[in-house]
Amino acid sequence: MAALWWAVIASGIYHGLNPGMGWPLAVSAALFEQKPSALLRALAALALGHFIAMTAILLPFSMMITLVEYEREIRIGAGVLVIALGLYLLINRRHPRFLARVKPSRLGLWSFLAAIAHGAGLMLVPIYLGICAVAELDAGHSAAYALMSSNIGLAFIVATAHTAAMMLAGGILAAIMYYWLGLKFLSKTWFNLDVVWALSLIAVGTIAIWHTLA
Amino acid sequence: MNLRPDPTFHATPQLAMAAPTENYAFTIMLSPDGSQSDGIAVVDVNPKSKTYGEIVHQVIVPHKGDEFHHFGWNACSSALSPLTGHAFLERRYLIVPGIRSSRIYIIDVKDPLKAKIHKTIEPEEVFAKTGYSRPHTIHCGPEGIYVSTLGGGGKDGTDGPPGIFIMDCESFEIIGRYEMDRGKQDKHYDFWWNLPQDYMVSSEWGLPPQFENGVVPEDLLSNKYGHSIHFWDLRKRKNIQTIDFGENYQMALEIRPAHDPAKSYGFCGVVVDTTNLQGAIFTWWRDDDGTWQSKKTITIDPRPEDADNLPELLKGFGAVPPLVTDIDLSLDDKYLYVACWGLGEMHQYDVSDPMNPVLAGKVEVGGIAKGTDHPNGKPFVYGPQMVEISRDGKRVYWTNSLYSTWDDQFYPDDEGGQMVMANNDENGFHLDKDFYVEFPKGYRSHQIRLEGGDCSTDSFCYPNV
Repeated sequence: MAALWWAVIASGIYHGLNPGMGWPLAVSAALFEQKPSALLRALAALALGHFIAMTAILLPFSMMITLVEYEREIRIGAGVLVIALGLYLLINRRHPRFLARVKPSRLGLWSFLAAIAHGAGLMLVPIYLGICAVAELDAGHSAAYALMSSNIGLAFIVATAHTAAMMLAGGILAAIMYYWLGLKFLSKTWFNLDVVWALSLIAVGTIAIWHTLA
Repeated sequence: MNLRPDPTFHATPQLAMAAPTENYAFTIMLSPDGSQSDGIAVVDVNPKSKTYGEIVHQVIVPHKGDEFHHFGWNACSSALSPLTGHAFLERRYLIVPGIRSSRIYIIDVKDPLKAKIHKTIEPEEVFAKTGYSRPHTIHCGPEGIYVSTLGGGGKDGTDGPPGIFIMDCESFEIIGRYEMDRGKQDKHYDFWWNLPQDYMVSSEWGLPPQFENGVVPEDLLSNKYGHSIHFWDLRKRKNIQTIDFGENYQMALEIRPAHDPAKSYGFCGVVVDTTNLQGAIFTWWRDDDGTWQSKKTITIDPRPEDADNLPELLKGFGAVPPLVTDIDLSLDDKYLYVACWGLGEMHQYDVSDPMNPVLAGKVEVGGIAKGTDHPNGKPFVYGPQMVEISRDGKRVYWTNSLYSTWDDQFYPDDEGGQMVMANNDENGFHLDKDFYVEFPKGYRSHQIRLEGGDCSTDSFCYPNV
């Protein structure tokens, strides 16, 4: 159980540190307005968009998983979906062009769309389903209604924990750039994680299926 | 794709200024009569090199009559915004359009000494996918590579207005037209933008029949060339405001926004005021309520001249107009360089206060009825034209041809191509005696691009500190 929660946090840190998920925009906002509070505001907008993307992906699964007799199939299906997206991103390295149409002032919307497009939410699904399964074992066989509300509650907690970790990691990095290092280090610390990202999706999906079958 | 951002991408203009200096310049070689193929000259600009100031490589294209003019990079510092998703592009390809043929060459300059053609986009593809013709200015931005065009459809390019189209920045496929609502815009020339503030500014020269066979004096005297600039909501692709400078301000050409994206102003050069032959620079800015404003902040007077010394076109005026044909702004937004192609002068204005430019320096070379020699004693034909500033602001390069048919009208006795350089140092703004590139016989020269970016290519996404 603890390992799964750590995975939620770790994926949040991973998303947060990736410049592609937006922390440089928070530095930019603070420089534009010449006040550090703008950094926090931009970070909050990015986090909100990310959070909504996470819950938008997790909630449908939280409903489905109430169908206890299909739990196994759903978990395998989710794993396959995540692997498929990973493979797709591995083959197609192009970034979706519609993201470039979002106005720079709408950071929340951009963050939401970027998280959806890159499968940041989907990456959490197998981890979340694993937590649900363990929680259910602990709770014994509850009524479907109670199970559903507990799953929905869990979805929010997972999304919150993940987003908080993301915001903290991105925020710390943004603050270090803003206060100490300067933007020179933006290009020095930015690594092309496209392949790693795609492989992480595949890995998460594979581990999930393996666990379900084991 | 790189594993790290290209080292020539810089978050801020300040960082770009502090980056290593350029070793090579890429300069257009154009055959004015189309008897030879056009090309790109790779010029050694490293003073420590044995071949300093020489053309060390040429990429000559297979077709003739393309008429190269402006060109640009496939990627620049704009890629450092997470919003675009292009952080790992390489600055590697030059996008070189032929403004007469509408053919576009993608030239791989990864190794400048072995630069070669990577891909050719045939004119038919440009016509079919965009309905535009005569591609001109190149900028890389959020949706890929943006290309402005001077002509619409049809043989003479007057079937529909010209505009901007977008190319994929990796495959170089033409995606399609940019505009969703062009408003009053019916002519085109240059464009540039402020990416974080999400606005674009575009300008107007004239339609193809007004320039391809030379300037049309009747059109000029009846003020039929462009005299407006257009402000766009960049990502909505919508013209939000058009400013008309006044119909006497003929040919509003180069758009130079401040490089620091925290600023909301820029400049536009006007070739000639038909009421008095002056050249003019307008400063444009956004005021507090969000509307765009403009004001004429620089005027340059014509020089009286005996009609006998003037080309046919100017005899009736008894004067040499300055002909402001190119301007360029240094990366620190401090100096605006203004090419006076008619007078044979390059002006340096201190524009620290953009509303009150001050003439800080001046170089005389070439010029109508003047023909000032280069300090090394060699001739400089035509006048100072396409100007490019090094990132650190210390070297200013320029060439001398404006446009094949126009050169012949304003300088009927001249022929050739030169590229020169002026230093901007503790001794002020002055030509470098030792840098003088003579172009091969039959070639003229036009726009210059510097290795690693220069002052009219890169768009920055982060404000200076």
